[in-house]
Amino acid sequence: MSDQPDNLITINLNGKDVQVEPGLNIIEAASRFGIEVPHYCYHPHLSVPGNCRMCLVEMGMPGKDRATGEPMLNDDGSPKIMWVPKPVIACATKIAPGMHVSTESDVVQKCREGVMEFLLVNHPLDCPICDQAGECRLQEFATDYGRGHSRFVERKNVKPKRTRIGPRVMLDDERCILCSRCIRFCNEFIGKPILGFTERGSYSTLTTFPGKELDDNYSLNTVDICPVGALTSTDFRFKMRVWFLKETDSIDTESSVGCNTIVGSREGKIHRITPRRNDEVNDTWMPDSGRMLYKQVEADDRLTAYSIAGKPCSGEEAVKAAAELLLQGQGKVAVVGSGRLSVEEQFLLRKISEVLQSAPTYAVARYGEADGKLISADRNPNVRGALLTGMIGNLPEEQLEDLRKKLESGEVTHLLAVGEDLAEAGIPAELLKQAQVVYIGTRHCDTCQHSKIELPLLTVFEKSGTFVNQQFRLQKFNQAVPGPAGTLFGLSTFTKLYAALTGESPYAPSPAAIWTHMAEEIAEFSGLRYQDIPKTGKVLDGSRFDKLPFREGASLHFTPAAETANA
Amino acid sequence: MATKVVERKPLSIWERSYLPQIVGGLKITFKNMFKPTVTLEYPEERPEIPPGYRGVPTLVRDPNGREKCVSCQLCEFVCPPKAIRITPGEIPEESESRHVEKGPQEFEINMLRCIYCGLCQEVCPEEAIWLQDIYSFTGYSREEMVNDKQKLYELGGTLPDPYYKWDRKKQAELEGNPHH
Amino acid sequence: MDFILENPLILALIKSLLVVGVVMGMAAYAVLAERKVCGWIQGRPGPNRTKLPLLGDLPIIGPFLTRLGIFQPMADGLKFLVKEEPTPGHVKRFYYVLAPIVSFIPAMTTMTVLPFGLWKTADGVQPLVLANIDIGILFILAVSSLGVYGIILAGWASNSKYPFLGGIRASAQMISYELAMGLSLLPVFMWFAPETGGSLNLFNIVQAQGNHYWNVIPQWTVFFQPLGALIFLVSLFAETNRAPFDMPESETDLVAGFNTEYGAFKFGLFFLGEYTHIIIGSGVFVALFLGGWNLPWIGLPAGILGAVLSVLVFLVKTCALIFLFIWVRWTLPRFRYDQVMNLGWKKLLPLAVANFVLYLILIALIES
Repeated sequence: MSDQPDNLITINLNGKDVQVEPGLNIIEAASRFGIEVPHYCYHPHLSVPGNCRMCLVEMGMPGKDRATGEPMLNDDGSPKIMWVPKPVIACATKIAPGMHVSTESDVVQKCREGVMEFLLVNHPLDCPICDQAGECRLQEFATDYGRGHSRFVERKNVKPKRTRIGPRVMLDDERCILCSRCIRFCNEFIGKPILGFTERGSYSTLTTFPGKELDDNYSLNTVDICPVGALTSTDFRFKMRVWFLKETDSIDTESSVGCNTIVGSREGKIHRITPRRNDEVNDTWMPDSGRMLYKQVEADDRLTAYSIAGKPCSGEEAVKAAAELLLQGQGKVAVVGSGRLSVEEQFLLRKISEVLQSAPTYAVARYGEADGKLISADRNPNVRGALLTGMIGNLPEEQLEDLRKKLESGEVTHLLAVGEDLAEAGIPAELLKQAQVVYIGTRHCDTCQHSKIELPLLTVFEKSGTFVNQQFRLQKFNQAVPGPAGTLFGLSTFTKLYAALTGESPYAPSPAAIWTHMAEEIAEFSGLRYQDIPKTGKVLDGSRFDKLPFREGASLHFTPAAETANA
Repeated sequence: MATKVVERKPLSIWERSYLPQIVGGLKITFKNMFKPTVTLEYPEERPEIPPGYRGVPTLVRDPNGREKCVSCQLCEFVCPPKAIRITPGEIPEESESRHVEKGPQEFEINMLRCIYCGLCQEVCPEEAIWLQDIYSFTGYSREEMVNDKQKLYELGGTLPDPYYKWDRKKQAELEGNPHH
Repeated sequence: MDFILENPLILALIKSLLVVGVVMGMAAYAVLAERKVCGWIQGRPGPNRTKLPLLGDLPIIGPFLTRLGIFQPMADGLKFLVKEEPTPGHVKRFYYVLAPIVSFIPAMTTMTVLPFGLWKTADGVQPLVLANIDIGILFILAVSSLGVYGIILAGWASNSKYPFLGGIRASAQMISYELAMGLSLLPVFMWFAPETGGSLNLFNIVQAQGNHYWNVIPQWTVFFQPLGALIFLVSLFAETNRAPFDMPESETDLVAGFNTEYGAFKFGLFFLGEYTHIIIGSGVFVALFLGGWNLPWIGLPAGILGAVLSVLVFLVKTCALIFLFIWVRWTLPRFRYDQVMNLGWKKLLPLAVANFVLYLILIALIES
């Protein structure tokens, strides 16, 4: 254990001496050793109010003689522990050297049972219809620490069941256990105190400030952190029980922040996206807008079938026809890639453009307003990946002026557009009509109408791969659902196209296989293997691109390189 | 283990001829011929279904006509052959059982898959799914063997409800908060 | 009319058609009886559904006949006729088709020499038989054992393992039991030699059984040759492939034995052959051991009434024996194959020889 910091302190946890870094509270310290202290109101990324009382534990310190300062000893010579006469809350108690903590004693068990009983007094028996059932802390702790039956014979409290507190959030007041996590989230993360408790005692009710509603782009995080089913997402409400959902690690593609997410899908249909904890990127949060991205999988304008000149065909035929068409224009081909493609796809696209001896590959930039939290100005998730793989040499432009000029001058006659709508990127329709266009994309768009060959592209939910976010952090995402029926699997659209162009197929269509090639060719990736990339991502050396004027400003866990230099 | 030697009496010639046994057997079968039959003439006569019989799973309504299922999907989860498929939905605002909030939009039980184990009935928190006394369920096509929601309620009918859980809840809502 | 009755050829034709019709009908209803008796023994009602439109709709009688399954044989027969007749690809076609015929014809042929009644006229006594030949019993033994060729042929021509095993078992079983059967019959003919003049004619044997000893005990063979009767009966079971000797078929270990590969009409022929065998076998047993159409202490009147009565008596006795066949089948479990061989060679054959020697000495003593 040489890599452990040397400032560890020793505490006694349930009779066992353990070493842990200082500054933690008891909940965090215990969780390092696999001991769960049940809690509702405590959240690692929010302040500690200590109002749920669920995390009560027994705590004591070795006694010292007040007069002499000598340690007090038992008869057998061991230090005498001065136990605090009443249990303390583990969330608000920081550990100290020599501290003794008991999380499983009889007193603690009795405390938990008592707290559970009080919490359940007015809690409705809504579990069969409650969306939280299955991931509900109240359910879990009731089975772990509850009495199993109720002594409460009076009628339960009645509160409003269906209050809309925001465009995306519904409140069921009866289920609320008044932990105040959502209130603290609004105050501390959103920065707008929208939510609060009114009334007192059993009348206590969560409400919004009069005339306001919870309409912030981070409002759905309150649903995630709600330990019970009081706050529910309007989008996910009554859609699917959580225990059916297959959880797949993914990445939010809406900006270069690259929030870590979990995609919940069942039988090839995505039902929701929730944030995945990564304390170096997004903590436990993500924007609401990123949660709706799964709708592109079944969008009406989704491109799902291959076609050559408007006639449907198989994937193999389309790839072969595309290769023939592009080879006809060898030397006069322009490749338009995208900052939305995965690192592997960008690498293969670079290889394809090399075969075609094309002009430098273009990409389309997208810029929006940064919110300083988890949405950055660069709305492409993987521009840095495109730079690293060499697909593009410089930062992309929003309008492809250069390409337009080349098309006008006849320098370029054949186009391979991958994941980008050229019409949107400033190429007029008449130029597209003249050119021979091969379009690989996720959706029908104006470029489609002028393209000779169309190939569907898989969305981020339908493939595995990697993105490089604004921190030059390499992050993996996994396939959650299968692509549309009949489409080529994974990277095979690109590997097959490469094979059709060159007649040889050195690339297997899996990210792991592509990574063996990338690790050889790209300096920043050398020594990396796909399967070795950790879940929290791996920061790469981006110094090669220090001079480029990236547009991102400061956001959560990110300070732009320029600002660091200034500071 | 202690072994016990069983004394076997040697058979006499008469016994070894096998004839007395044949005669004995013939006597028994002859007597049997005049006993009443033990069979059930099926299409006309129907067996008496014992209580607790596990027949075709059905959905039931409570005596007030409210559909009991709230589409919690526990049966779908527990079903070993994955015969149950539920599409949950919200109960529309204008419905009388609006206070239940959630109900099945579509409820399908594939009787080609069902193994009549009764786990769905056992797991149901609302006592909405019952394996009743239908013991012969047939059809001419696969589609016919998939019971949809309407068919399930037709087969299930109404069962008495000892609790009226949701009605009491609605009443409480109307009466307001009891805590003063 | 006179012409027809006087022409012996036409008369013979009518008689034979009549006999064939009766035997076939009996075979059909023997199948029904088998199913009914089996049902009753097992606590079931047996076939009780098949209904003819008009006859079945009669009040009281219709439902009664329906429940008795009277119409069932017609449905069964119709089914055998109209069913699709598949021929498996791996069979030896010619012999495969030949086998059921070979098995059926001997069964039908034996009936020609079996007397089933008598016609007393002023001129004397006429036997009611298709062919009143002197070597009747020899003819029966010879022809009926030809039936096994059908089974062996079926087993071999089917060209598959279960029928093959069935055929092998059938041939071995036939040979084993034919010896005991023949030996058990010899004392019967020796016993009646004084009355019949040593003839092998069946009619004479039956007639001889009409007498009484001391005017009290009917002179039926079974009363003074019980062992011979038993040996013959057991051999008869074995020869007709009936349980507990249904080795060639044994549906549990050989699926259906020699007829595994057969279906529809060809299977129907095997089926019919088996039951015809049982009927003829029962008839022979009745004629040889149970006094044929003779009733104890009562003489049959002359003329047409006597003829009808004699036939009826014979039929009733035959039916009782058929019932015994069925009864035994649904009572006894099947023997193991080695047990069948053991019983045939080591038990029945010595017993039959002993029986023969015993009666040889006895007859010699009586005659001297």
